[in-house]
Amino acid sequence: MARDHKVREGAKVRKSTGDRIVDVIIYVVLGLIALSTVLPFLYVFAGSFATEKELTEKAFFIIPSQWSINAYRYAIETANILRGLRNSICITVLGTVSCMVFSLTFAYPLSKGHFRGRNWLMNMVIFTMLFGGGMIPTYLVIQAYGLLDSWWALVLPGAISPFNMIIIKKFFQGLPVELDEASYMDGANDLQIFTKVALPLSKPVIASVSLFYGVGFWNDYFNAMIYLSSPEKFPIQIQLRSIILLSSKIADTALDYDMMGAPPDKAVKMACTVIATLPILIVYPFVQKHFTKGVMVGAVKG
Amino acid sequence: MAEKVTKQKGAITLSNGQTFVPKKKSTWQYMVQHKWLYILLLPGFIYFIMFRYIPMGGLVIAFKEYSPFKGIWGSPWVGFDQFAKFFSNNDFGRLLYNTLGISLLQLVLYFPAPIILSLFLNEVRHNGYKRVVQTLVYIPHFVSWVIVASLTYQLFNVGDGIFNVIYKAISGGQTFDILQKSSTFWGLIVGQDIWRETGYGTIVFLAALAGVDQELYEAARVDGAGRWRLMWHITLPAIRGTIIMMLIMRVGGILNTGYEQIFLMRNDLNLVRAEVFDTYIYTKGIRAGQYSFSSAAGMFKSVVGMILVLASDKVAKLFGESGLY
Repeated sequence: MARDHKVREGAKVRKSTGDRIVDVIIYVVLGLIALSTVLPFLYVFAGSFATEKELTEKAFFIIPSQWSINAYRYAIETANILRGLRNSICITVLGTVSCMVFSLTFAYPLSKGHFRGRNWLMNMVIFTMLFGGGMIPTYLVIQAYGLLDSWWALVLPGAISPFNMIIIKKFFQGLPVELDEASYMDGANDLQIFTKVALPLSKPVIASVSLFYGVGFWNDYFNAMIYLSSPEKFPIQIQLRSIILLSSKIADTALDYDMMGAPPDKAVKMACTVIATLPILIVYPFVQKHFTKGVMVGAVKG
Repeated sequence: MAEKVTKQKGAITLSNGQTFVPKKKSTWQYMVQHKWLYILLLPGFIYFIMFRYIPMGGLVIAFKEYSPFKGIWGSPWVGFDQFAKFFSNNDFGRLLYNTLGISLLQLVLYFPAPIILSLFLNEVRHNGYKRVVQTLVYIPHFVSWVIVASLTYQLFNVGDGIFNVIYKAISGGQTFDILQKSSTFWGLIVGQDIWRETGYGTIVFLAALAGVDQELYEAARVDGAGRWRLMWHITLPAIRGTIIMMLIMRVGGILNTGYEQIFLMRNDLNLVRAEVFDTYIYTKGIRAGQYSFSSAAGMFKSVVGMILVLASDKVAKLFGESGLY
């Protein structure tokens, strides 16, 4: 950073007017790009708290002139959105914990240079990154295991992502070998070294990989659509899809929601979008540094 | 462990009296000594067999006329009939056209986007501003396709979407329905990709750029190099390897157009341009129950995908890059 500072001052001296104009353009363009990523969220957030009158009158606003929580009340009471929220939380927790157990225990032996069968097993893993059975055979297998319409059908088929497993394995390989030797000297077995030495030292990688898995489960709707059939098991993404995408096709044709005494359709859709987005946005600031680290570990090949 | 550090032949005795004889141990002795490693590995190993390799074996139904009542083994063999049916089908040309069309559009418009954004970010000397921009542009990557689709519908629908409100004001009352036109579908998909993934895509390039020695820039500046020469001679060579690696992955995945996203955005009116291999496999297989036919389609896609990945990896190695494997 100190060196960076030096460069910056050195550069300042020689900066021409043309250079300064380019600088301004770059700052403005980046600002606009950043704005374009957040504006849709802000628009939907503001709209979800607005009254129907304001939504129809004003095309775009970031702060509603009159705040209302009617849309949320409707979403919670009628659209049963809280059930989806609860299901999604359960699926995400169940999925992330299972994936971490499978991935950590599988990656640990493979991280040991002396582990016999290591190359053979790694080839087995890498082959699955290149080739797979695909959607239909996987579906038939899940069906044969009796997992249809169960949350396990969402969790088990992806219990180990080869990519995430390799990130964990690389992290374990970076732990000092001396720790193992010292523990063997103290009479510890491999299980004790794994749980009492390796895992406590692996908090950073556990955090970033859990995040990858967790976000994946929270956002998944396709597997839920294929494997689940009981509405009481549906995650929030499925509910959101039917509320917004399916209803918008109807709304575009004829149905008049006011005639049916329903609250503002647009605000309800926005409220549901906010409810489904909020959990991700709440955890995002806490985990941002972890995922950047995780992506970089994964990008370094080895 | 022990053999690695000491590198001496013969027995090594540990403080607890255990004796190691490096490199002479039989596999069985090794497995008994490290039994916990094998026990730890077991759940993952069973997972790979049950959920990765057995479905691969399930691909045999692509060579059969599978019927749920007869089961996989009871169904009759039909050789390559399913593949012949798939290739001679009228749908095949359309699927290939749409899949390649979307992929090539992605390659031209969406692939360079993170590279350009990284170059822009690299020019920013104000660390606080840079960090704020980065934090904001990463966000869309973490929201689901359902939410991206919801936002798209809310912004672009003909009834009350902001886009059409503005369009109406400019064009004098006309509307433009991006969501229900086959001609705009590819652009819509690639636009969503760019919005969602550009920011996140910069991470690998910025990581490569973080490794560049700042003194290189300083020395070049002293020699009178301007902004463009610095970018051309220092910044771009620094991320060349990363660009090639990402390109390999992109080309390898050319048949993967992302079915979650396409499935959400397609409707009866744009279906002509929206049907790709993945959505077709889902519709024919899980919806219509033609398991063997859609397995053959899926197998075609997997095999071609694998060949593309391996081939582009070879090409990259020919050009002196390290490649993926």
